Amino acid sequence: MRLPVLLAALVAVATCTETFVGHQVLRVVPQSDEELQKVQELQDLEHLQLDFWLAPRGLGLPVDIRVPFPSLQAVKAHLEAAGVSYSIMIEDVQALLDEEQTEMLRSSRQLPLNTNTFNYEAYHTIDEIYSFMDMLVAENPNLVSKLEIGRSTENRPLYVLKFSTGGTNRPAVWIDTGIHSREWVTQASGVWFAKKIVQDHANNEGVASILETMDIFLEIVTNPDGFAFTQTKNRLWRKTRSKHSGSICVGVDPNRNWDAGFGEAGASGNPCTETYHGPYPNSEPEVKSIVDFVKSHGNIKAFVSIHSYSQLLLYPYGYTNTPVPDQQELHEVSAKAVAALSSLYGTKYKYGSIITTIYRASGGTIDWTYNQGIKYSFTFELRDTGRYGFLLPAKQIVPTAEETWLALKVIMEHARDNMY
Amino acid sequence: ELPPSHFPAARAAAVAVGYLRYLRGGPGRGLQLREVRRARRQDIEDVGHKYYLELELEDVLDKDRTVNCTAEVLYPLGSKTSAPDVQVTVQGELRDTEEADKEFYNRIRSLEKELVAENIPDSHGNVPPELEPIHLLAGVASGYVIWQNSTENTKLHLAQVKHVKQVKRSDEDLQFDYVLLLHEMVSQ
Repeated sequence: MRLPVLLAALVAVATCTETFVGHQVLRVVPQSDEELQKVQELQDLEHLQLDFWLAPRGLGLPVDIRVPFPSLQAVKAHLEAAGVSYSIMIEDVQALLDEEQTEMLRSSRQLPLNTNTFNYEAYHTIDEIYSFMDMLVAENPNLVSKLEIGRSTENRPLYVLKFSTGGTNRPAVWIDTGIHSREWVTQASGVWFAKKIVQDHANNEGVASILETMDIFLEIVTNPDGFAFTQTKNRLWRKTRSKHSGSICVGVDPNRNWDAGFGEAGASGNPCTETYHGPYPNSEPEVKSIVDFVKSHGNIKAFVSIHSYSQLLLYPYGYTNTPVPDQQELHEVSAKAVAALSSLYGTKYKYGSIITTIYRASGGTIDWTYNQGIKYSFTFELRDTGRYGFLLPAKQIVPTAEETWLALKVIMEHARDNMY
Repeated sequence: ELPPSHFPAARAAAVAVGYLRYLRGGPGRGLQLREVRRARRQDIEDVGHKYYLELELEDVLDKDRTVNCTAEVLYPLGSKTSAPDVQVTVQGELRDTEEADKEFYNRIRSLEKELVAENIPDSHGNVPPELEPIHLLAGVASGYVIWQNSTENTKLHLAQVKHVKQVKRSDEDLQFDYVLLLHEMVSQ
């Protein structure tokens, strides 16, 4: 069909100077001589700048016309006045070109064949990350499995990787990244962590010893709807993409939607704000699926939720000034974890409880997990401290993941050595 | 006395650094906070809350050097419309940027068309080297806006330059119109 060839030619033109925003491609199939004549008349109206993809040839044969936006009204009026029916084949030529351009770029990029050729030093799309997960499982079927714990508002699967060397319902560590979608270094670090766990196990070092007695659960894209939105529409989107009745604004802050001090000071009841807690606890499927998982698993001993930015390691509470009973121990573990993190590149972290170190925040993840009895509940805020903020350069992904991993190991080892 | 590692001190520090960037920043100088060394808060009756800070800063273009400064940030009582009152004293000299400033000035003057750019940094955190001075200038502008719009309970950061456009002028000055995205940490 002539269409793809012409589109390719248009792409070449489009990349130079022209834009086809708002242009439409109309199809007319003249059924009578009168109709045919009406269409042929259009060819003579040079000022309309019409581009006939399929010229009028005869009765019953389609005529395809690319109509520039300024001429649309005139052309449609001309056809409608004569009673000539037409259909809109392409609503917006530029949109189609843009899509095509993206596809072309994507297919010209080298697609990784396995997790060894995967580029850990770059940011990836959801599809690339999901395909990474499948490759990792396929390469390590005895260690890694993929669980679907639920579906997002927009029906995207919520995947968790399980790393286990056996046993039944072993005590476990949970790590999630990307709950706030704009914090891209976290999802990227999650991908790196997944590969690191597999490598350590293969080389019998690092977390291999932890895996002897514990399982690790890792949710890399905890907010896939938000993540997709940051890639397509708004790079700085934070929340989910749910629509709750009574508001034109979209999204709930998934780190205010948990059932710990829900709705109290430290969250907003206004759906149009970044810290909107949602209509009720666990209203967000992204949150509810984790709640259900944690409750039904029943044996999670350490829970780490990863955010960016600010370079902080935080423990509960955020919703109240009352210190947690295990405050002293959590503070000591934090000190050790932060020291390990800094040892690699000198990156400075601060630590403490959420409410004393940053601000009051209610309905937060680790406040809920702590109240469920998961003593070692921590939240990280990764690099940096504001120079790039959410827009952290890709070349910092691996160093960030490497140093954070050292801190995570301290937490995991402490949990393993202090079983409760 | 406040824990220097905690946000109440950090919020006041952010205001002081914003103010300093407005005063002393430029296309060849980007000052950022490295560490709050010490922080004190004084509640002055009928006036407001005053923060006394000892700060360690660095120039992003000269990270090996340490810039020490002291700052006083007074948040006026009750006033939501009045900017905090800030005094900053830099110890020692800041690195000279006359060369870099001149180079930037000449480069922009020699452009055939007025400069236009957007999304600095881009989604992946990239800033093309030739746009770094424009990015640093955005730090100057955002420094002013942050200073003027901060309260004791906010912590504002420059998230991204959404759009920047050079404005044609008949004199020899350079003018840029920026659309900036600011991130308010506390209300996120």
